[in-house]
Amino acid sequence: MSEKRLLLGDEAVALGALHAGLSGVYSYPGTPSTEVTEFIQNFAPQVRSRWCTNEKTAMEAALGMSYAGKRALVCMKHVGMNVCADAFVNSAVTGVNGGLVVLAADDPSMHSSQNEQDSRFYAQFAMVPVFEPSDQQEAYDMIREAFTLSEELGLPVLFRVVTRLAHSRAAVLIGEGVEQNAMNPSNDRGWVLLPAIARRQYLKLIDKQPLMLEASERTPHNSLEGTGRRGVIACGIGYNYVKEAGAQDITILKVSQYPLPEAQIKALAARCDSILVVEDGQPVVEQGVKALLGAGYPVEGRLTCKLPRTGELTPDNVAAALGVPASRAFGTAQNLAPRPPQLCPGCGHRDVYAALNQVVAEYPGARIFGDIGCYTLGALPPFRALASCVDMGASITMAKGAADAGLFPAIAVIGDSTFTHSGMTGLLDAVNDHSRITVIISDNLTTAMTGGQDSAGTSKFEAICLGLGVEPEHVRVVVPLPANMPEITRIIREEIEYDGVSVIIPRRECMQTLRRHKK
Amino acid sequence: MKKDIILCGVGGQGILSIATVIGEAATAAGLFLKQAEVHGMSQRGGDVQSNLRLSNEVIYSDLIPMGSVDLIISMEPMEALRYLPYLSRTGRVVTSAKPFVNIPDYPDHDALMAELDSLPDVVKLDIEDAARACGNPKGANMVLLGMAAPAIGILSAEELRAAIGRVFARKGDAIVEANCKAFDLGCEAGLKK
Repeated sequence: MSEKRLLLGDEAVALGALHAGLSGVYSYPGTPSTEVTEFIQNFAPQVRSRWCTNEKTAMEAALGMSYAGKRALVCMKHVGMNVCADAFVNSAVTGVNGGLVVLAADDPSMHSSQNEQDSRFYAQFAMVPVFEPSDQQEAYDMIREAFTLSEELGLPVLFRVVTRLAHSRAAVLIGEGVEQNAMNPSNDRGWVLLPAIARRQYLKLIDKQPLMLEASERTPHNSLEGTGRRGVIACGIGYNYVKEAGAQDITILKVSQYPLPEAQIKALAARCDSILVVEDGQPVVEQGVKALLGAGYPVEGRLTCKLPRTGELTPDNVAAALGVPASRAFGTAQNLAPRPPQLCPGCGHRDVYAALNQVVAEYPGARIFGDIGCYTLGALPPFRALASCVDMGASITMAKGAADAGLFPAIAVIGDSTFTHSGMTGLLDAVNDHSRITVIISDNLTTAMTGGQDSAGTSKFEAICLGLGVEPEHVRVVVPLPANMPEITRIIREEIEYDGVSVIIPRRECMQTLRRHKK
Repeated sequence: MKKDIILCGVGGQGILSIATVIGEAATAAGLFLKQAEVHGMSQRGGDVQSNLRLSNEVIYSDLIPMGSVDLIISMEPMEALRYLPYLSRTGRVVTSAKPFVNIPDYPDHDALMAELDSLPDVVKLDIEDAARACGNPKGANMVLLGMAAPAIGILSAEELRAAIGRVFARKGDAIVEANCKAFDLGCEAGLKK
């Protein structure tokens, strides 16, 4: 039995994983990955799916589920790979028991991100296979195959999607699901990565490399088509743009599974005079193909500026790289202004920044260190309040470092979900050092930027701060409303003047979740 | 036959509901469809767009190439202009006439309208007024869908109206009826063109 359903790329991944007998998904929300976990939460109550505190706890819990013999999925945006890298890289050394797939949603063009790092590098580094579907149908089919390969090789598989697949809908032909694995905990000593065992495990990982390559050579998702003298290696969704351009004089090697299928690349090179590499993200494949074919063979791509060095692939830049002429009827409009995103009307973060700006105006040396979330928009007009935004949790630790250097007043603004994700450990450092910082945990009771997911620390923030050693009289809670401005500014002033760690928690529900709860 | 559509507006204006209705109609009609959406940061009051492609044949790219859009459907007049480089020579722009001003440097109103009017094929209407006039103040996006219906072509107005019924069914008959009324009003405005 089979049926067609209109699904986002992310939803196709989720449904494919469910049909592969998934027992648990472990994730932290992050655009463009969030919808995978939300789909499982909404449609599969039998599968463990609650949001995790961060990507590292998610990756480790999934590895534990795999250890016990069941199939587990980890979902995150690309920068989440940095957070879980320790667990991810070492999971290749331990190997896995139940199938373990790590979904990384990359965001070339940085639609909702601070960089465009390419997760395929992580898989190369950890020496595990990558699956990179070209469309929604492959997303569904390939995640099922990824679980199978994971168990065959005893390795985690990285499943890479990009924004334009994650957030695009198409009809997907779906099949029948299989049962979850039975509990079957591993008895292998290889899970204990003491140096003597780790050395053996690492050799095992090296020995699996030819098997990974063989899987890439035999998969139907990597294939040659056409007879032209110009070679094109089209990776992931790059394949669609190459097909859209419609050039007739090319031979295409479609690549959706890695390590690179070396035999097929050599076959392509033999049939063609040159190769253009079309890949979304960073030039991972371009580098690999150059190394494989040697300096004498002409290989073009992002490194040779045949395609733009930054930003996502589009049908236009791929057509241009293939030499297909463009036809434009209209230029850019005259009466047009940028419309950047902004904090919602009535949002509590607005009141936090209004109060901070008022107080900070009295301190010429003040800097406010920002973090990742809706409140990062406080960097834009009308507030222009933030000096930095780097990575999850960096507001507190950067404020601490700046205070250590003598900067005063050093203020951190961090959201509730970001605080539990990666802010707590930095706060402990600050407490232990008695650093002179003022931390604002702007608590809107949700993970707002990604659409209002549950926040791991809700109702626990005062207890967490006290537990980490912040003095009780310097943990202050306020309600961020225009009417409370005198009280909020007074408290901010008092805590700036305190020579130690203070935490102020402005707490009011997100306007978006409030509207939903009222419905 | 294929139809390449850009739906656009400001985050929160409800362009995804329009996309959902067209998607439902296209699926029922057995068409191929790809619909790229914007999720995440831009939804906070920034510019948003959705690339919607309908065809009788396989569609490869999720994004529409520049210069080949058949129809821009916009909830906001300046946002309609943002995607002009994507419009084909014979493409139509269907837009709300009423600016949504949430930025300090919004263009001069008359100059904006003059530039819109200078395009070869434009249909514009104050869709919020029209929605209020037919007793469905939240139905501006359905008025706009109606205005676009004659130009969608690959799907008939009847197929789109039936899709409205299915998409909003769980919200009750009253909402379905109100949305169909808004849609019909939009259709009339679209046909007068």
